[in-house]
Amino acid sequence: MAETTHPEPNYIGVFWWLLILTILEIAVVYMPIAKMVIAVMLVTLAVTKAALVAMYFMHLKFERRTLALVALSPFVLCVFLILMLTPDIFPH
Amino acid sequence: MSEAAAIHAGVEPQESPLTPESWGKLGMWLFLAGDAMSFGCLIVGYGILRHASANWPVPKDVLGINLTAFMTFLLIVSSVTMVLSLSAIQNHDMARFKKFLGLTILGGLIFLGCQAYEWTHLITERLPEVGLSFSTHLFATTFFILTGFHGMHVTGGVIYNSCVLAAVTRGRYEAKHVEIAGLYWHFVDLVWILIFTFVYLL
Repeated sequence: MAETTHPEPNYIGVFWWLLILTILEIAVVYMPIAKMVIAVMLVTLAVTKAALVAMYFMHLKFERRTLALVALSPFVLCVFLILMLTPDIFPH
Repeated sequence: MSEAAAIHAGVEPQESPLTPESWGKLGMWLFLAGDAMSFGCLIVGYGILRHASANWPVPKDVLGINLTAFMTFLLIVSSVTMVLSLSAIQNHDMARFKKFLGLTILGGLIFLGCQAYEWTHLITERLPEVGLSFSTHLFATTFFILTGFHGMHVTGGVIYNSCVLAAVTRGRYEAKHVEIAGLYWHFVDLVWILIFTFVYLL
């Protein structure tokens, strides 16, 4: 009963990806390019890393689809929070 | 009897709807979703305060990222040792399981040590030097709240993992309990990946 049925993911492979993406992040910070471009690249890299951890280490990729909705619900709340606070961010 | 029929008859369904093999796993996922909302609110709040501020400093110039990059690496490695310990207990290799879960706990402890060193350095030397103390600038306030809230989670994770190690050693816990503890630990790692980017690098 405790045994999982899905094949074991390549954990060490995921580790190398996380390491490479982290090194890329640090490299991007020092690149002489527009700040906005750096910000977009950093957020993309961070979200990719977070998704790798959730999908392979937390086995979300091998769970039922509906569980992913539970996992994604906080992001919906964050977007909602930003929208609600927009009048405060851009007054008038 | 089908699941729907079981509910209709007032009988609890035997199987967890989203995680068929364990109700505990569903419980942990729901807890983590709530916990992620706490972190989400803090990060969104941080972003909005920063956006509204006219004199927000460049974080990496104030905080430095060398130690933090090492701490990020440490948490990623401890996540890997956590999955390796799960893999070991699923294959009934108890010596390997204890070794890797022990390493995960050790990784968490070193992380906390680094954070204690970083905070001490920032509070006593770096922040007064650049005139950004906890009580005078929201930069310091948001920084300590975010990293402190995360640090408490790491502390909780170290205690949790230690309890799991003790319970498995006594034969009270099995692989499925380790998997649930792993979910919490990976979540702490995942949140740090986001904090590292939003608070230190951006």
